[in-house]
Amino acid sequence: MDSFGEKFGVGQPVRRKEDQRLLKGGGKYTDDVNVPGQAHLAFVRAGVAHARIKGIDASAALEAPGVLAVYSGKDLETDGVGTVMTDAALKNLAGEIMFRTHRLALPTDKVRYAGEPVAVVVAETAYQARDAAEMVLVDYDELPPIVTAAQALAKDAAAIHDEQPDNICLHWENSTSDAYDAAAKTAHKIVSIKLINNRVIPVPMEPKCCLADMDTKSGRMTVYAPFQGGRRVQGALSEMLFGGDGTKVRHVSDNTGGGFGTRSKIYPEIIAIAYAAKKLGRAVKWSGDRSETMVSDLHGRDQVNEAEIALDPNGKILGYKIINYVNIGAWVTENGARLPVDGGGRIVGGVYDIPVLYYSCKAVMTNTVPTDTYRGAGRPEANYLIDRLVEKAAHVMGIDSRELRRRNYITKFPYKTQMGLTIDIGDFPKCQDEACKAIGWDGFGARRKESEKRGKLRGIGLTSFIEGAGGRPEETMRLRFEKDGTLSVICGTFSHGQGHATVYSQILHDKLGIPFDDVNLIQGDTDTAPEGAAGTFGSRSSQMGGMAIIRAADIIIDKGKKIAGHLLQAPPTEVEFTEGQFKARAGSVSVTEIAKAAHDPAKLPEGMPPGLDETYLYKRASRDDMNFPNGCHACEVEVDPDTGGITIVDFAAADDCGVVLNPLIVHGQVHGGVAQGIGQALTEYLVYDEETGQLLTGTFMDYGMPRAEHFPDMKAVFVPTPSTNNELGVKGAGEAGCCGAPTALVHAVLDALRPLGVAEIDMPLTPNRVWHTIQSARVKGAA
Amino acid sequence: MYAFNYHRPKSTDEAAKLVAEAEDGKLIAGGMTLLPSMKLRLAAPSDIVDLAAVEGLRGITVSGKTVTIGAMTRHVDVQTSAEVKKAIPALAALAGGIGDPSVRNRGTIGGSVANADPAADYPAAVLGLNATVETTKRKIAADDFFTGLFETALEPGEIIKAIHFPVPDAAAYEKFPQPASGFAMVGAFVARFGKDVRVAITGAKDHVFRVPDMEKALAAKFSGDAIAEIKLPDDDMMSDIHCSADYRAHLVTVMAKRAAAKAAG
Ligand SMILES: Cc1cc2nc3c(=O)[nH]c(=O)nc-3n(C[C@H](O)[C@H](O)[C@H](O)COP(=O)(O)OP(=O)(O)OC[C@H]3O[C@@H](n4cnc5c(N)ncnc54)[C@H](O)[C@@H]3O)c2cc1C
Repeated sequence: MDSFGEKFGVGQPVRRKEDQRLLKGGGKYTDDVNVPGQAHLAFVRAGVAHARIKGIDASAALEAPGVLAVYSGKDLETDGVGTVMTDAALKNLAGEIMFRTHRLALPTDKVRYAGEPVAVVVAETAYQARDAAEMVLVDYDELPPIVTAAQALAKDAAAIHDEQPDNICLHWENSTSDAYDAAAKTAHKIVSIKLINNRVIPVPMEPKCCLADMDTKSGRMTVYAPFQGGRRVQGALSEMLFGGDGTKVRHVSDNTGGGFGTRSKIYPEIIAIAYAAKKLGRAVKWSGDRSETMVSDLHGRDQVNEAEIALDPNGKILGYKIINYVNIGAWVTENGARLPVDGGGRIVGGVYDIPVLYYSCKAVMTNTVPTDTYRGAGRPEANYLIDRLVEKAAHVMGIDSRELRRRNYITKFPYKTQMGLTIDIGDFPKCQDEACKAIGWDGFGARRKESEKRGKLRGIGLTSFIEGAGGRPEETMRLRFEKDGTLSVICGTFSHGQGHATVYSQILHDKLGIPFDDVNLIQGDTDTAPEGAAGTFGSRSSQMGGMAIIRAADIIIDKGKKIAGHLLQAPPTEVEFTEGQFKARAGSVSVTEIAKAAHDPAKLPEGMPPGLDETYLYKRASRDDMNFPNGCHACEVEVDPDTGGITIVDFAAADDCGVVLNPLIVHGQVHGGVAQGIGQALTEYLVYDEETGQLLTGTFMDYGMPRAEHFPDMKAVFVPTPSTNNELGVKGAGEAGCCGAPTALVHAVLDALRPLGVAEIDMPLTPNRVWHTIQSARVKGAA
Repeated sequence: MYAFNYHRPKSTDEAAKLVAEAEDGKLIAGGMTLLPSMKLRLAAPSDIVDLAAVEGLRGITVSGKTVTIGAMTRHVDVQTSAEVKKAIPALAALAGGIGDPSVRNRGTIGGSVANADPAADYPAAVLGLNATVETTKRKIAADDFFTGLFETALEPGEIIKAIHFPVPDAAAYEKFPQPASGFAMVGAFVARFGKDVRVAITGAKDHVFRVPDMEKALAAKFSGDAIAEIKLPDDDMMSDIHCSADYRAHLVTVMAKRAAAKAAG
């Protein structure tokens, strides 16, 4: 081994050990799994966005070749299949709990969005199932579709759920507006804004897919599906189909091709497939195609914000008022209504010191795919809003936006926010300095002139943002020494692109001195995952999983010292453990030797249970005890005023992800997050037809994904302030990128367009929108 | 996709016969348009007649002032052909701007021209260069070939064999891509043959068209500025979520101006 920790320890840019296998096609995704005798399933999906179901005629489908069964909501109801309800229980000011839906996997009364599954057809082959699905006739009584929050709130809007005629799932407020109104009265300036935070489709590379394998002998079902934490699948399916008996359901996913939050929720598709498998006593498989995935994966974002800040003459913010309308789609999902309040609410004031806050949020139901967590989950929206306001205030007040930010940054830590959370640490001015330096802010003027010569408008913009990461406050990890001398990390966190195999190996290499290559990762199977292992969401695995590993390793070291002392004939207090070796009195034994010895009764001290394996349940003190990744992103663009086309010429990210366990991997997370954020801001234009409720952008021919060609060589620097809330000092790195990138891009484009008289623009900045915005500014300017 | 019969004839005669005899026969070339629509179940031919094994449909030849490209020649072959790059560099560049590498590795010029997608790139070159479409039955002048939305002068069973492009003195193609698909939101092909100039626009209306006013202005003065003020009415321009009609009309001027400037050197 080369000099200890130098190459493979924490903080080193170790190449991902999983890449060789994944890049060579060695990954095993759900669609790669087939079992003998499996049947195939196809969904009958709603062709209309809003209608009562008058009847379903499956007679032709049932006679089609190879068809085994057709099931609809009525069958699920008859068989007592449970419904999905969120455990969110937010309250309005009067104390009433939000409206919650009880969703049966296949609806019996109404369809509520185009693409909603209405029935399933199971057949011997996938094509037979699909052909027969087209023969299922659903008789609809159509209702007017509603696709925007504004439509849903209109006076005589149709009700999406009859039980909630006003279509409002939740009207949450942090307080009355009295304090804000008072602050506003004393203000020197009020700056207000109205923004649309556009809805996006998450689009993981792997489309939705599921195989439910029913073992009729044992009565146990194994479900394969791409998922970020299998316990949720296990929990939901056992509740819904097996009377709550968790031992009856096993979830397996060797590899999942991207999660982004949209692979963390139990889908009606999975329930319907599991139901069919149980009912038929047969394995049932479904491989969704891209179009199907786009109309049925939970969407992200979709807010309309009306907000203002009150400022004193120096530009110091006195108060912040937000009226937020969130379009949560047709069903109240696990997090749809929670995102703006719990997710975005965590950091609603961004990196700024906000003495007074009034935050009102209406979560509204519409005839669209439900929205839920999507990379960032409420935080990108919150950051976008406050920072657009701060940027606007700088222009209104004639103060350099960098200076105005500086005057408002939180600089004293710990800082208790108006939402009651405590931000432990950060250095926002330094992030700003680093981002500005990386992009060459000071030399911008010359670059702008050069662009002007070519008839182009150049703009530069920045944004500061903060995230709140950590999610559920407990996670269990198991460390097992194998006979071949390797060490296995057995977990419920689930790497679907994050590189856990690499990072956990680095942590263990540092902590226990195990060679990097000798650490295995065993994940993606509820049969092996320890109790209390939740999964990977909300940028939590390094912190929660990493800490559980550290604690388990500490116990191993303690026990190892006792065994080593016994072998080296020294008291355990004299045994030292460094670089994988237990040392006492001239002698030394390696941790792997101790692991072997731990199974040999002759080598163990009296009374000591054999084995060195350890399982540790790590708990944070509280759910609020999270970490706060933050940063400053700067973007430089060139706009072609003749076409409205935007070229990103430079992008610099200064990120504070706390202690960086592996800079290569964190850079990858930053790049990916930025790309996703730029996608929302630049290309991902999602359109629902307001007349018909149909998703008009249901394929890549119309839904624009960000591509490599959209990006310059990105600069990413780290400005770490170690988190004080975990011993590793880490902060979640996964979601920060898309908290900053959209705002930075929009600010840069506004900077470019400002000379033409453009003051506002909404995402996504498609050429069509940019050109029209320029046109209207010109018309106004001429008038 | 629905079930279909697959045929792989060796000659155009056999191919034409197979299509004629089938209940709903379709030729397939690169499959880059036909296959996706079959997968989406939007097209459901009873028979697929593959042109891949038909002899004499592939390849590029230059003789005198004409570049001839076989119908089954792939976009990548046109993009990388030294002869095309030398004779009509604008055509090679156009081919290189179609879709992505996978699409260019399969898609063919015959398939693109026969399909006549209103936003496809090749039709602009065919019309702009005054090419001749040679089929199993006749030779069709570019001006007579594109007749409407996905419509051409091809008769049922008529197969494109090759396209003959006259070599211009100067030419350029400028395309503003639709942000999601990469197809032309507006594409302008400008070519000069001696004193004559042709301007063909794709992506803007239901099919590719020429702009006589621009052609006249460019014949008088071959430079971008000459047409910078020529604006087209937007009443027959396409309008969709990516591009309104007035924006399209505006882009026609911008792209044509840029193509002319580029061709003028
Ligand atoms: C992701 C993607 C991006 C694309 N981007 C672009 C783009 O930017 N610009 C662009 O112009 N195109 C684009 N295309 C379309 C692409 O160029 C297609 O290859 C082309 O339009 C059709 O050619 P093909 O050989 O694949 O034809 P096929 O799909 O095989 O056939 C298309 C049609 O033409 C008929 N046909 C084929 N050959 C002949 C023949 N010799 N005689 C008579 N009829 C024939 C077929 O019967 C069929 O109706 C894109 C396609 C995809 C999938």
